[in-house]
Amino acid sequence: MEGLGLWGVPVAVLGGAIRVSTPFLFVSLGECITERSGRINLGLEGILVTGAMTGYAVSYVSGSPWLGVLAAGGAGLLLGLLHGVICNLPRVNDIAVGIGLMLFGTGLAFFLGKPYVQPKAPTLPAIPFGAWSSSPQIRAALDVNPLFLIGIALAVALGWAFRHTRWGLVVRMVGDSADAARAMGHDVARVRAVSTGLGGLLSGIGGSFLSLYYPGSWSEGLSSGQGLMAVALVIFARWNPLHCFYAALLFGERARSGPALQSVGFTSGYYLFNAAPYVVTLAIMIATCSPRRTLAGAPGELSINR
Amino acid sequence: MGVKLAMAVAGMIAGGLWIALAGALRQYRGVNETISSLLLTYIAIAVFNHVVEGPLRDPASLNKPSTTPIGDVNMLGQLPGLDVHWGLGWGIIFCAAMAVLMRHTTQGFALRIVGGNARAARLAGLPVGRLVLFACFLGGAAAGLAGMVEVAAVHGSANASLVAGYGYAGILVAFIARQNPLAIVPVAILLGGISASGGMLQRRLDLPDATVLVLQGVAFLLILASETLYGRFKVFRPRSA
Repeated sequence: MEGLGLWGVPVAVLGGAIRVSTPFLFVSLGECITERSGRINLGLEGILVTGAMTGYAVSYVSGSPWLGVLAAGGAGLLLGLLHGVICNLPRVNDIAVGIGLMLFGTGLAFFLGKPYVQPKAPTLPAIPFGAWSSSPQIRAALDVNPLFLIGIALAVALGWAFRHTRWGLVVRMVGDSADAARAMGHDVARVRAVSTGLGGLLSGIGGSFLSLYYPGSWSEGLSSGQGLMAVALVIFARWNPLHCFYAALLFGERARSGPALQSVGFTSGYYLFNAAPYVVTLAIMIATCSPRRTLAGAPGELSINR
Repeated sequence: MGVKLAMAVAGMIAGGLWIALAGALRQYRGVNETISSLLLTYIAIAVFNHVVEGPLRDPASLNKPSTTPIGDVNMLGQLPGLDVHWGLGWGIIFCAAMAVLMRHTTQGFALRIVGGNARAARLAGLPVGRLVLFACFLGGAAAGLAGMVEVAAVHGSANASLVAGYGYAGILVAFIARQNPLAIVPVAILLGGISASGGMLQRRLDLPDATVLVLQGVAFLLILASETLYGRFKVFRPRSA
């Protein structure tokens, strides 16, 4: 941080927030689609890790990181569909299946990903928005990955789609009242399975960002609960895709300020800093939940509201 | 003996209070207990790491930070005549106590009513909030006791190898045992055996240690999916009470 002194902290936090928030953004957008259809998928953590592993392995084998991103999305889609289809069976609890999928996804990723811990795969390129600056810190902070921009576009597009497209309205109706959707002749089970699958697809892509850009390698400790935090993040964002983007930035910033402060001399309490996002999430949930009413904007069929 | 008992009680109180917090949030603030307990898990691990690497760190532990060893005198030791430590005995005692509590006491009966239908329980005048907190405390206490046994019978000090996902495996055990405290004993031994075989799979068959995780995940998903068969075949039909 030499050269910028204490100013290095906000710059590093901004750059870090952009980098760290991208997986949050994708996973929370995916969870947003799933929850809008009335189902909660806690297994996104497993999907994220599987996506990270698949993306890294495919990038290593094929030499193309973008192919890796696609493969990660495909793997996520499959796992998401698995969750959706199992939960379509009567009397199956979606939260419990989510925990099962979390174990299965991480296990599968560790099992298949063992050979890819060592080798170095080609990673995603960054767009250097900071090329105008002579300061290396600012340049490092403004190296933005294309996936981040895709994520923003996706958040805007999803917010629009939920309001103005047939598909978005059907998903929301299924999420708010399955009976009404059934009366209108929609296949509730299919809509939910597809929504969960799409959620998995986005989470898989979010995972590939972890292994292919930042931190940019595959290891078993790659994810630190981003998939789980995204679930809380969606609640924080009140099921609004655009708010998911702001919330992801906020979470990324929280997750990032610990190491940044550490680099300028605050060394004690490193682990407590790392836990800050969880504390913040919990505090937000305590502040916004109430036993007497459901949260504003919450899909009526969601099991956490019943 | 006094120290061991104190360790057990301290572990149970710490675990109990932690999960009672999730229960209280659910009961009085309407925070979803699945999400809050997951978050609390991460917070607890962070606090654990902070304490182990900071205030309670043994200066002699260089590469792998851990607390000062509790000393051989305070270790739980083996069951007489077996190559198994006392944790198994304590676990079976806890399970039996829970079975008695759930089946043969008014508290347990009230708990089952609350679990079956909270609104009916409230109409019947049961203190639903207190009962939920009590159940959460017991659940957390069981986990706290497990942690204490891990320290006092296996590791001898607290370090990062305690964070091994026993909690998630425990959820799986409870589901397979269909929330029956006595069925937990065989199921837990079975799952423990599967986990322990991980090392052997690695050495003999050259499989990665994550094989066990995959197996647990598949088992969990299949068992949850089989919930749908409940009541459709004779074997799965609930016994009329």
